[in-house]
Amino acid sequence: MTTTMLAARRIGRQTTRLEAPPSIGTWASVAGEMEAAGPLADGFDQSYSMTEVATLGPTFEQAEAGLLKEAITRAVGKAGRSPGDVDRLFAGDLLDQLVTTSFTALALDMPLLGVYGACSTSAESILLAATFVACGACDLAMAATASHHLAAERQYRYPIEAGVQRTPTAQWTATGAAAFLVSREGPGPFVSAFTTGIPTTKGVTDVNNMGAAMAPAAADTIATHLGAVGASPEDYDVILTGDLGIVGHQLCRELLEERGVRLDPDRFKDSGLLLYDRHRQDVHAGGSGAACSALGLAAYLLPLMAGGEVHRALLVATGSLHSPTTSQQGLVIPGIAHAVEFIEGAGR
Amino acid sequence: MADREYLARASSLTPAVSYVRNALLAFLVGGAICTIGQIVWEGFVAYGFPEADAFAPTAVVMVFLSALFTALGLYDQMVKRAGMGGALPITGFANAMVSPAMEFRSEGLVLGTGARMFQLAGPVLVYGLATAFVAGVVLLVLMGRGGA
Repeated sequence: MTTTMLAARRIGRQTTRLEAPPSIGTWASVAGEMEAAGPLADGFDQSYSMTEVATLGPTFEQAEAGLLKEAITRAVGKAGRSPGDVDRLFAGDLLDQLVTTSFTALALDMPLLGVYGACSTSAESILLAATFVACGACDLAMAATASHHLAAERQYRYPIEAGVQRTPTAQWTATGAAAFLVSREGPGPFVSAFTTGIPTTKGVTDVNNMGAAMAPAAADTIATHLGAVGASPEDYDVILTGDLGIVGHQLCRELLEERGVRLDPDRFKDSGLLLYDRHRQDVHAGGSGAACSALGLAAYLLPLMAGGEVHRALLVATGSLHSPTTSQQGLVIPGIAHAVEFIEGAGR
Repeated sequence: MADREYLARASSLTPAVSYVRNALLAFLVGGAICTIGQIVWEGFVAYGFPEADAFAPTAVVMVFLSALFTALGLYDQMVKRAGMGGALPITGFANAMVSPAMEFRSEGLVLGTGARMFQLAGPVLVYGLATAFVAGVVLLVLMGRGGA
């Protein structure tokens, strides 16, 4: 077999180029009340008030699975398909042993490969789905993720009704889910390359400052990806990080500037800052959670690409790979960031 | 950027907290809770309780009010703004017991509510009792058998 026949090619230790970029033709997103009150409201397929989310399941965990199920069903529905047509589901969430994902796949009877990348799950699921499709391992793959503010709060922080003052660097776990259908043929946007992140730390242990914990990983992944594909930041219309928030986004920009990579503020965005209006909504440093970057992709970036306003973009989903146990034991928070490059149809 | 330099830069980017505003809110709200407690106590005394005996039923009423406002989803909203003003009085302790009791109801009455009720209050009890014990021993040594 000659190298030209390969569907995926290694172009760096962490970076892979997909020679026949798979298409993300349809996607769907559902969101909660806080998200629907934010700037991306128009981009969601469905939003739920606090009481409506509660009707999705008798517990917060089951409601989260309800959100994921709704996003997946809507995404396949838009393509005129059913969940039974999907060959492989790559999905993940933040709860316990990926229970949201497992129970959703159980309910929808889908072949599942569970993915844990914390809040970087969106990019990790998409790059895996795209690789499987590009290599012919399956025809139709789906990448999906979900988070629920209240379910995350009770697992990672305090009981909902406990009186606690949050620190200014704390971030707000988004309520919502998004699903992306990946196929070999389609109108695009297309997944053309990706960079797999390496867990990174600069010593941050504060679980209330995850933006600072993840920023070094985001900077590393962006620099690595640009180097591997031979691009400069100006080649991208948008570089969209996952959930760095106000502190992490600035730190990421400064870390990259140190390496001589200058990012134009008009093109360098963060889903955690796009999802909410920090001045109007009480989210402190910005949004976070597995749904955060997924909602930014589904309700902001992909619609811009489908509308022809953005031609080439880089999604850099960021995750904090700690658990409440490791944090209580005083260990650092390993940050990770995966980059997925999207090109529009004409650029193929 | 070296790690130490990075952590310093991260702290310098942290949005400022208004300690004056926090202290003022804590003072006002904490003071208001204590004033309500005082009114309840005066009520029990007026009803005929001896002054020393009126403290126990006062605490019961305050704990009930806190549990009620916790269940209504209002107590946490208040503490979010008032900080220790809402967390420190006995009402804050009640909130720390009631909120996990509500939260973990979904895991059952024994392994959920029963086991997790002391999740937040447990450390306060453990170290509160330990401190009281140590203070008691010190008092015994200094003042002799029987204490002051």
